[in-house]
Amino acid sequence: MRLSLALPLTLALAAPALAQSTDWQTTLAAARGQTVYWNAWGGDARTNDFITWVGQQTEARYGVKVAQVKLTDTAEAVTRVIAEKAAGQDAGGSVDMIWINGANFAAMKQQGLLHGPFVAGLPNAAYLDLSPGSAASVDFTVPVEGYESPWRLAKFVFTYDSARVDAPPATMAGFVDWAAAHPGRLTHPNPSNFMGATFLKQALIELAPDPSVLQAPASDENFAAATAPLWAWYDALRPNLWQGGTTFPENQSVQQQLLNDGEVDISMSFDPASTAAAIEQGLLPETARVFVPAGGSIGNISFVAIPYNAANWQGAEVVANFLLDPATQAHMQDITVLGSYSVLDPARLDATAGAAFAALPTAPALPGVADLGPTLIEPHASWMTRLTEEWARRYTK
Amino acid sequence: MSLDLAALTVTLRGSPKPLFAALTLSVPLGAVVTVLGPSGVGKSTLLDAIGGHLAHGFTCTGRVMLNRRDVTGLPAEARRIGILFQDALMFPHLSVGDNLAFGLTRAVRGRKARRAAVEAALEQAGLGGFHDRDPATLSGGQRARAALMRALLARPLALLLDEPFSALDSQLRSEIRGFVFDHIRERGIPALLVTHDLRDARAAGGAVITL
Amino acid sequence: MTEPGRALRATVLVLVLGGIILPITLGLWETLRAAFGILPAIGARELSLEPWRALVALPGFATSLRLTLITGFGATLLALVLATGFCAAVHGRIGASAGGRLLAPYLAAPHAALAIGVAFLIAPSGWIARLISPWLTGWTLPPQIASVHDGWGLALMLGLLVKEVPFLLLVILSALGQVPVRQHLAAGRALGYGRGMVWLKLIMPQVYPLIRLPVFIVLAFALSVVDVAIILGPSNPPTLAVAITRWYASADTRLILPASAAALVQGAVVIGAIALWVGGERLVAALGLRWLRAGGRGRSAEPGLMAASALVAGLMGLGVLALAGLAVWSLAWRWPWPLALPASWSLAGWLNPGSGWGGALALTLGLGLATTALALGLAIAWLEGEDRARRGRAGWAAALIYLPLLVPQIGFLYGLNVAALRIGLGGGIPAVIWAQELFVFPYVMIALSEPWRALDARLLHTAAALGASPLRRLLAVKLPVLLRPILTAAAIGFGVSVAQYLPTLFLGAGRVATLTTEAVTLSSGSDRRVVGIYAVLQAALPLAAYLAAIALPAMVHRNRRALSGEFGA
Repeated sequence: MRLSLALPLTLALAAPALAQSTDWQTTLAAARGQTVYWNAWGGDARTNDFITWVGQQTEARYGVKVAQVKLTDTAEAVTRVIAEKAAGQDAGGSVDMIWINGANFAAMKQQGLLHGPFVAGLPNAAYLDLSPGSAASVDFTVPVEGYESPWRLAKFVFTYDSARVDAPPATMAGFVDWAAAHPGRLTHPNPSNFMGATFLKQALIELAPDPSVLQAPASDENFAAATAPLWAWYDALRPNLWQGGTTFPENQSVQQQLLNDGEVDISMSFDPASTAAAIEQGLLPETARVFVPAGGSIGNISFVAIPYNAANWQGAEVVANFLLDPATQAHMQDITVLGSYSVLDPARLDATAGAAFAALPTAPALPGVADLGPTLIEPHASWMTRLTEEWARRYTK
Repeated sequence: MSLDLAALTVTLRGSPKPLFAALTLSVPLGAVVTVLGPSGVGKSTLLDAIGGHLAHGFTCTGRVMLNRRDVTGLPAEARRIGILFQDALMFPHLSVGDNLAFGLTRAVRGRKARRAAVEAALEQAGLGGFHDRDPATLSGGQRARAALMRALLARPLALLLDEPFSALDSQLRSEIRGFVFDHIRERGIPALLVTHDLRDARAAGGAVITL
Repeated sequence: MTEPGRALRATVLVLVLGGIILPITLGLWETLRAAFGILPAIGARELSLEPWRALVALPGFATSLRLTLITGFGATLLALVLATGFCAAVHGRIGASAGGRLLAPYLAAPHAALAIGVAFLIAPSGWIARLISPWLTGWTLPPQIASVHDGWGLALMLGLLVKEVPFLLLVILSALGQVPVRQHLAAGRALGYGRGMVWLKLIMPQVYPLIRLPVFIVLAFALSVVDVAIILGPSNPPTLAVAITRWYASADTRLILPASAAALVQGAVVIGAIALWVGGERLVAALGLRWLRAGGRGRSAEPGLMAASALVAGLMGLGVLALAGLAVWSLAWRWPWPLALPASWSLAGWLNPGSGWGGALALTLGLGLATTALALGLAIAWLEGEDRARRGRAGWAAALIYLPLLVPQIGFLYGLNVAALRIGLGGGIPAVIWAQELFVFPYVMIALSEPWRALDARLLHTAAALGASPLRRLLAVKLPVLLRPILTAAAIGFGVSVAQYLPTLFLGAGRVATLTTEAVTLSSGSDRRVVGIYAVLQAALPLAAYLAAIALPAMVHRNRRALSGEFGA
C-alpha cells in the first residue's frame, strides 16, 4: 500500500528534476558539434589560455568547441549584437557568449538583447548561492534573473612594488598625502575604462557622506551632494598624479606595464591573484605585492551571457555549465593556471570538491582570502555612468 | 603583291585639318617607296595608320589595300604588315633565337623545323650561334639585323620601315641599309620607308614622296 | 574600327563600381541615417538633430577636433618639407633603384607595428632613456616627461612621420624620373642659383603636380588614423577618429548616434582639409611666381638641406630602432629599468605558435594572398582594357580609384558592416576580404599604372605586326616584361592587407584574428614580449613580399640585362 503510494509520490516529486534533466539532455544533444564563439576581453594571456583549456575540455566531454573572440572592450560585442539586430539578424548571430557584467549587462538586458533566463536550467547551478540579494543574483544592483551565469570572482585590489614603496596608503583618503609625498608616481586608468571608473567608485564609497544612497539610482538631486567630497579629494590629488594628471593609461594592463617599467609605483586590478601570476610570467618584479584599503574594497562577479540571436546557444549553455563545475573552478583558482577566485558557495560543496580547493598552491604575492578584507557592495550602475560623465566634463577639456 | 593606299590620311580628334594631305600611292613588289619629311609632320603616324597601330585619339580616312584586299578595318595582328623601328625593339625577356621564333609563321610546324628555320635566319644575318644570347648584349648593327630577320620570318605581305637606320653610325648605316633592302627585294615584299635622310631615299631606289 | 576591349572595360568597371564604390556608398548611407537619429536596433526611429546637439556637448569634442587638425596638417607639411629637402640633398648620389630598395623596409612595416616600437623608444622608461641612464642623465627612476601621449600630439606626429617620410620620398624619387633634374640643376647653377634654390624654384614646381595625389592620401591618413593615434596620441581627449572609435565601442549604446554624426564630421574634415590644401597650393603658386620673378639668388639653402637630411636620417634610424626594440622584446624575459638590454632572455613566446601567433600568421598570410591576387587581377584587367581601347585614363575613373583612400575608414565601416549583415555576408573571411580589397586595390592600381603605361608601345606594335593577338601580346610580352613592377605592386598590396585594422575588426565580427588586430589588442595588455612577437611578424611578412619582388625577377630574368637592372622598370 505504502509502496504503491511511494512510487507515484517519488515520481511526482522527482518530475521537475527529471524534466529538468531531460531538458538538459536535449540541450546537450543539440550542443554536440557546435562551436561557441566566446567574446571575451583578450588582454590577459593567462585568461586566454584558460579559455583554450575550457574549449579542450568541453570538446572532449561534450563535443562542444570554444573559439575565443578577443575583445579590447566588452562593449565591442554589445555593439556587434546591436548591429546584427539593426540588420534584422534575429538568429544565427556571430556572438554566442559574452564575458560581461555591470553597465554592459544592464544595457543588453534592458534592450532585450539577451537569451534566457537559462541559469536555473544549468545542473551545476546547484553549487551557487542564488538566493535573492546574493552576489551571484545581483549585478551592480541590477537583478540577474537568470540572464547571465557567474564564472569568476573579482575584487578590486592595488598592486605596489615593495622594493620602491615602504608603506602604501592605508585608506582612499590617504592617497592624497601619499601622492604629495611621491609626486608623479601614482595614476589610474582613464575612467572611460571600467578599471578607472572603479577607482573613482572605490573612493566614492569611502568618501560619500551617506553610502546607503549609492544603492539607489543616482539622480540630479543626490548626485552632487554625494560626490562633493570625492571631487574635492580628486582636485587635491590631481596635480600630483603621473604626468600631472593630463594623460592616463588606457587600461589597467598598460598601467601594470608602467609599474613594471618603474614609471609609477601603484597599479590596480580586479583579480587578486593577478600580481602573483604576473610575477610568475615575468611581467612584474618579484617584490610586487597586493594591498587593499583598510575599509575593504569593491567586489563583484564576472558573468557570461548569451545574446538573443546566438547561433550556438545550446553550446554556450553547456560551456556556462562547465564553468560552474567545482573541478573547473578549482582549476581556475590554481595560481599556476589563472588564480581567479571561485564563485561557488563553499557551503554547497561536497567533501571532494572542498579538498580540491584546499590543495591549491600558494605564493608570497598571493593574498589569502582573509587578506582581501571586507567586500564593499557595488553601487547602482547609474552612479558609475554619471561619475564617468562628470569626470570627463571636469577634466577632459 | 602590292601595297596600295587610297586617299589615306589621319586626323587628330578635335582638329579640323588632317595631319597631312590625302595620300594615294602604290608600292609594287620588292620596291621600297620612301616618304620624306621633317620631324613632327606625321610620318610615324602614317605608318601607324597603315600598320593598324593608331592610338585612340586619331581617326583614319581612306583605305589601305594589300594585294587588292582591303585591310583597313582589320586589327594590326591580322594585316600581315611587318614593321621595323629605329630601335630594334627586341623583346627583352626572350633570347635572340626566341625573339625570332616569336613571329615565325605557323605554317612551319614542329619544333625541329621551327628551330631550323630560326637558325637559318640567324646564319643569314651573320648571327650564327647567337640563338641563346641575351638581346641586350648585341651591338646596334647586330640588333638591326636580328630585327629584320624577325620581321621576315613572319612572312609579311608588306613591310614598314620607321627610320630604322637613324640610330646607326654612317658606316654601319650603309651596311645595314644594303642588308635590309637586299632581303626585301629578294623576297619581293613591298616596303614603305619613312626617313628624313636623303641618302636612305637614294639607296632605296624607289619613288620618293614628300609629306 | 571594332570595339576591342569594350567588354573587358565594362566588366572591370562593373566590378569596381559594385565591389568598391557601392560598399562605401552604402556604408556612408547607413552612417548618415544614424547621424540623423535613425538606428532601429537601439530604438531610435525618428529623424532628429539630437545626435548633433549631443555631439557638440560631448566633453573634449572641440579639443579633439583641434588636435586632429594640428597633427594632420603638421605631420603632412613636415613630411613634405623633410622629404623634399632630403631629396634635394641626396639626389644624384643615390639612384632611384637603390633608393627604392633602401626605402622598401619602411614601406613594408605596418604603421601599427612601427608606432608600438616608437612608443617604446621614446617613452620615459623607453629604450632611448634606458640607453643613456643613469650614466648620462643621472636618472634612477624614469623622468616625468610626457613624451608619449603628450597633449600636443607631437609623439603622434613623430609616429606618422616615420612612415610618411619614406612614402613621400619614394613618390618624389619616382616623380623625379620624369623631370630632367641634372639639366635643370646645371642650368640653374650656371645662372647663379644655389642648389637649394634651384630645387625650390625650378624642380619642385614640376615635381609637385606629380605627387599631389599621394600628398592628399598622406593628409587624409594623418587626419583620420586610428591605431597609431591610440598608441602614441593624446588620450584625454584623443584625436577625433579615436574618440569616434571609443564612442562606437562605448557601453552606452545611445552614443552610437553622436558617434555617427562625428564620423560625418570626420569626413567633412578630410574634404575641408584637402580643399584648404588646394587653396594653399594656389597661394603658394602665386607668391612663388612673384618670388621667382624677383630673381633674387637668395641665401644659401645648404644649412636647411643639411638639417633636412639629418632629420630624415634620424627618422629612418628611429624606425630601425623601433623595430629592433620590438624584436629584442620578443626575445626578452625580464627587462627592468634602466638596463639597456634585457636582464633575462627567453624563446618561450617564439616556440609556442599554438598560443596564437601561428594561427594569426596563417590567417594574415592567406588574407594577404587572396586580396593581392584579386586586386592584381582586377588591376591588370583594367589596364589591359585601357590598352585595348587605346584610351588613356578617364578622370572620373581615377577618382574612383582614389576614393577609398581619401574617405576616412571610421566614416563608413560601421555602416558597411550593417549593410553587409543585411545581405547575409556576415562576419567572416569573405566579408573581410571584400573590406580589405577596398584599400588594397587602389594601392595596387597606383603602383602598377605608371610602369604599365611607361612600357614602350612600339614593343607591342612590333608584336602585333608579327601576328600576335591581344591576348598573346598580354601573356607573352606585357606580363613577362612587367614582371618586376607587377611583383612590386603585389608586395605593396600585400603590405596594405597585412596592415588593415579597422576593416578586419568591423567586418570580421572580431573572429578574424590577424597579426595586426591581435597586436593592437595586445598592446592594450601589459606583455610587451607578446606584442613584440606579433609586431615582428607583422613587419616581416610584407618585408618578405618586398624581398620576393626584388629577388624573383632577378632570378627569372637573370640572363636578361635589360630587365634585371632598374627597380620598377
